[in-house]
Formats: sequence, C-alpha cells, structure tokens
Amino acid sequence: MTEDNIVKVGMADLNVASGGASLKTTGLGSCVGLTLFDPVRMVAGMAHIMLPSSEIAREGQLNIAKYADTAIPELLRRVLELGADRRRLVAKLAGGAQMFAFAGGNDSLRIGPRNVESTKHALTGMGIPIVSEDTGGNFGRTVELSSQTGILYIRSVQHGVKEI
Amino acid sequence: MELFNHNPDFKMDVLREVGNIGAGHAATALSRLLDKPVDMSVPTVSFVPFERIADRVGGSEEVVAAIFLRVDGDAPGNMFFLMSRKQAARVLQVLLGIEASEKDSYSELELSALCEIGNILAGSYLSSLADLTGLAMSPSVPSIAVDMAGAVLSYGVLQFGTMGDEALLIDTTFLKGEQEAEGHFFFIPDPQSFERMFVSLGVPLE
Repeated sequence: MTEDNIVKVGMADLNVASGGASLKTTGLGSCVGLTLFDPVRMVAGMAHIMLPSSEIAREGQLNIAKYADTAIPELLRRVLELGADRRRLVAKLAGGAQMFAFAGGNDSLRIGPRNVESTKHALTGMGIPIVSEDTGGNFGRTVELSSQTGILYIRSVQHGVKEI
Repeated sequence: MELFNHNPDFKMDVLREVGNIGAGHAATALSRLLDKPVDMSVPTVSFVPFERIADRVGGSEEVVAAIFLRVDGDAPGNMFFLMSRKQAARVLQVLLGIEASEKDSYSELELSALCEIGNILAGSYLSSLADLTGLAMSPSVPSIAVDMAGAVLSYGVLQFGTMGDEALLIDTTFLKGEQEAEGHFFFIPDPQSFERMFVSLGVPLE
C-alpha cells in the first residue's frame, strides 16, 4: 500500500479521488466498503456503508453516505462529476463480515450479509458491474483503492494484504 | 437526543454513576480472578461520533480482544470488554498458566477463557445495575473477536446508526498499579433505554 496522497473515508462517509491518489477506509466489520472506478479517466470513488436501507432511518438530517440505497447513487453522481464515464464504471466491494457469532438468532448480528446484499441490489439496479469482491467471513478489513490502477488492496489481521 | 435537552449535566452525572457502580463491581470481580488489585478510572460519559469510538482503544486498526454481549430486558444495549493483546496475554498467563506472548491467533481454550472472563465481568456489571434500577437486564451469551477495534465496535453503534452519527458511550478504564490500562468497559445502552433508566432512578425527564 502506498503512503502518500491518501484520501481518508470515514465510517458512514464517502469520497472520490483521481490522478493517482488513493482512497482508504479502515476497520470495516459489518460495514461494506464499495468502490467505483473508471480505468480510462482514472477516477475512483469509495463509500463506507453502515446500514442496508434508509427506510429504517429515524434521523432528522439524513446522512446519505450511511445507507446502501442512498450512498451508491450519491457516489455515482460524485464520480461522474469528476469526469468518469458511466459506461466504463466497475464496482468492487469488501467487508460485510459477521464478527461475532451467537447461538441465538439475533438479527442485528446478520447486518454484514444484509449490507452486502443490499449493496449488490443497488448496483445491479443501476447496471454497474461488480468485477470482484471480498466479503463475508468473520474478520475486519482495511481497504485502499488506487485511482491509478483501480486495484483494491485489502488488509486483515489474519490474512495480510490481498489485492482484488 | 431530545431527552438530553433538559438538564443534560445532571443526566450525564447519573449515567456516570451508573457506569461507576457497574464497573466498580466488575473491577472487584476482575481483581478476585487475577488475585491482584485492579483500579478503575472515573467513567467518561459522552456522545462520541462513530468514527472516534475506536480512538479510545488505540484507533480503528488497533487489534484488540473484544468480548461482546447484547443486553436484553427492560433497558437493552450493547456491552464490550476490550483488552489489548498484551493485556489478554497477561490475563491468560495468570488464569491458565499459559505462557502467551502477544500474538495474532489464539487456541479455542484461550478464546473460551477470555470469553468467560468477559462474561463474569459483564454479569457483575449488569447485576449491580439491575439491583440499582430495579430493571431486568440480562446478558446474552458472550462472543469474542480478536480483530481491528473499528470492525468490532461498529456492532455496538448499530442501534444509534438509524438516529444519527454518534452514540452515547459509558467508558470505564481498568487500571493496574502504574496507571497502565488493563482494559475498557464500554456500555452503550440503546437510545430508548435512557428514558427507562432515568424513570426507574427517579430522574426528572423534563
């Protein structure tokens, strides 16, 4: 992973980068890190999605970066604004783990798989192909996307660094 | 949260005392298990942005041993007992006589022992709160993960996630002799639990 020119994406946050800068988000557990990339214009976007659907939101001022169904259209708008061509956009995703296992069926613990499902559903609805993913499992991930290459680096405690 | 618009300082003080009593009992339990004195800090009670919660234990990517329990009953919430790997190794050494260095992987026995410690501590925390408030509060079966702090703590803020971008955290640090942090207790009651806690403690809501 490179050290310079990194744009940080927080929890329930999204951002875009181009011209070789990287986007990075740390400590993904049940959250999903979604990236969009245009390989010709070298424009990249990343969202750190926390919850599957804004239908459950009770907040006054909606944070659209938090929910899969609202974050993805906004991220798309931002990468297009930066010069990406919608027809060339490809998506990658990582995260959506189930960090804790309980004997009892507690629905909030299945939030990881539900985030992945909802993210894929939204991408399919917008016709953006998912070229690779590293989702599920029971471990945390830190991800970094290079706007130079479109490579998504995924670091975890157990498995080291992986590229997709 | 609107509940905290009126008399916020007093309400925060009450929650600090709640944390103080709960963690005090848990610290006593830990001290007995390890057969050495365990001090604790005064709990900090505050609304913490999701992004900043992991900073309390060294940052989002810091590897921690986290025992997580869901609290069920009248005042549901999430509870974590968090230790650094170094602290976890020390606890294992004292309790099981296992010469464990700081490491990335743990055996089933080691994980199960750490999980049980979390269970005992959370149990004493919660039972003292239940006595204090008269509310039913029972811990779920505990679950352990040794992983990035950001990844494990995100589970604790899901209930707050639909309401905003910060959670009300009751954080107590356990200290060993030389003020070295031994572990953290995070209690994050669900948003709707505060009103019930205040009512049962006789705190005027408005």
